[in-house]
Amino acid sequence: MASLTIRNLRKSFGMVEVLKGVDLEANTGEFIALVGPSGCGKSTLLAMIAGLETVTSGEIYIGDRLVNSVQPKDRDIAMVFQSYALYPTMTVRENMAFGMESRGVPKAEQEKTIARVAALLQIEPFLKRKPGQLSGGQRQRVAMGRALVRDPALFLFDEPLSNLDAKLRVDMRTEIKKLHQRIGKTTIYVTHDQVEAMTLASRIAVMHQGEVQQFADPDTVYNRPANTFVAGFMGSPSMNFIDAEITSTGGGPAVNFPLSGGNVASLPLHNGVADRAQSKKVILGIRPEHLSRQSASTSGKQGFATMSALVEVVEPTGAETMAVLKFGDREVVGRFSPDEAPRTGENMPLAVDMTRACLFDPATTRLI
Amino acid sequence: MADAVLTAAGVEDREAAIASRRRLISRIVIYGLLGLISIIYIVPFLVVFLNSFRTNEEIGQLGLISLPRSFRLDAWPTAWSDFCIGGQCDGVARYFWNSVAMVIPATIISTALGAINGYILSKWKFPGSEIVFGFMLLGVFMPGQIALLPWAFTLGQLGLANSVYGLILVHCIQGLSFTTLFFRNYYVSVPDDLLKAARIDGAGFWRIFWKIMIPLSPPIIIVTVIWQFTGIWNEYLFGVVLNSGSNQPITAALVALSMSGTSVRTYDVMSAAVLIGALPPLLVYFFGGKYFVRGLTQGAIK
Repeated sequence: MASLTIRNLRKSFGMVEVLKGVDLEANTGEFIALVGPSGCGKSTLLAMIAGLETVTSGEIYIGDRLVNSVQPKDRDIAMVFQSYALYPTMTVRENMAFGMESRGVPKAEQEKTIARVAALLQIEPFLKRKPGQLSGGQRQRVAMGRALVRDPALFLFDEPLSNLDAKLRVDMRTEIKKLHQRIGKTTIYVTHDQVEAMTLASRIAVMHQGEVQQFADPDTVYNRPANTFVAGFMGSPSMNFIDAEITSTGGGPAVNFPLSGGNVASLPLHNGVADRAQSKKVILGIRPEHLSRQSASTSGKQGFATMSALVEVVEPTGAETMAVLKFGDREVVGRFSPDEAPRTGENMPLAVDMTRACLFDPATTRLI
Repeated sequence: MADAVLTAAGVEDREAAIASRRRLISRIVIYGLLGLISIIYIVPFLVVFLNSFRTNEEIGQLGLISLPRSFRLDAWPTAWSDFCIGGQCDGVARYFWNSVAMVIPATIISTALGAINGYILSKWKFPGSEIVFGFMLLGVFMPGQIALLPWAFTLGQLGLANSVYGLILVHCIQGLSFTTLFFRNYYVSVPDDLLKAARIDGAGFWRIFWKIMIPLSPPIIIVTVIWQFTGIWNEYLFGVVLNSGSNQPITAALVALSMSGTSVRTYDVMSAAVLIGALPPLLVYFFGGKYFVRGLTQGAIK
């Protein structure tokens, strides 16, 4: 059953259209991430689901109820804000009780609910403190606690981790995932961080310029990105894009692109992808981790193409080593394990995993 | 080598000594100036204060500015309840209470309205709310005398002419520009997310106002109350033009007192009367002054 259904949703602020017909659906218990760069409309979309922004046109259903003109308080939702938005003059307990008081929940039940949620989030020691006396991570927990006391049909998270430092962010990410696995509530989670979206979500809606570019599970979004925007946005370092041309050689179709000194790289294609291309010109997309050093294990293996490239910059991070390689006059980033890491200035023999490579149509930028 | 070290140390000592002497001189200049300015401000008050305890004869012989030779308290009760002002001989007490009866409700009402206005103009904006705010702001820059005639007419129509209630109404409205400005600017710094969270939590306009905005407001409430209290208490023009006789506030009565017909100037009683008239704002300043400064410089969320 769908907990949230959005149909052809549009939003304009004056002449500016920030949402251009969004369709979305969340099944009960699903964790949906709305991800995209700032200004893509994801936060506006969330605010519209919450009822904090009006709908210009289109429909929002929570459960099977049309909520377009329902007040936020009557939508059966709870929301966690990026700024936490804790009421500064109230204690943690009062913060959590505020909504229940507004809804006229009996005192005894309020106490019971607060005790249960406080235990779940391990915030019992702070119940009597005010938000100003808490650390960022503690405030984050309290903000989630305030949402959890409601037991809503829908949880809305608006970039809840962006105000935390890097280490705490990773810890809280895991906690949110655990929490979701435990309570199993339908969750809509807005983030600009593609790693958060990948790690948390059961499905990801990648947004750009007011449109959903792709709405699919993390694996599909990462490995079969719908277009070059999604391909470039998801994954860090980004996917490499190379203008190339499809040719037919004796051994079957291949993509060609120029290298330095008039040389041409020719990488064989698989899976009949060449037949689907509308034109000879394509954009070849290769993720950095799909480049590796030629070795016994890659040579002759099905789907691996070979070429060599000049290593311009090497950036070790410890667990892996990034390198900037020259494919002709184009810079391409590769991601290597430290034991096969390239050296600066080396003409590195490369193996390219062509089974994982993506081809995009240069006219539409769509995946072929 | 040892010599070099010693010399270097000596040079450092000399530089340190010069620096500390410079610091001392600049301190003396700063405190000297501050002291001088304080004296300029405090002397008139001191003269009036001391004169209220001197006999009138002594003031006549030695002049207004002189250290007291005598000490008596008679002038204070006389000024309070016996002195003749405009033909009535019951002191400033009546006018003092007029001012109290005017300033308390006018301060409370104008502050409360300012809070609600500021809340609406910052957090519940509606089409044209900026224009409304712009017009209210105009009142900050408009001198009171412009409004004198319209007020005289309005109060006459309302049947509030020459009454303390009339003055309450005048000061509530005249003060609205400032109180609205204070609260609006203060509430602008309250994050909108707080109100969004409250709306999702089921709170409406008034519940958000009482439970979230007002608990955040003590600093700006103190600023506004002090501003309104001293402003209304010290206001003279409306009091003297719109009201007459026994309905005037104390500021108007003090002027009437200084123009009383008797040939002998009773400086002792006048001094006491002036001090009685100045007492409430002074007390407010002494007890609330530091909160005033703190409230003006502090935002809503620390």
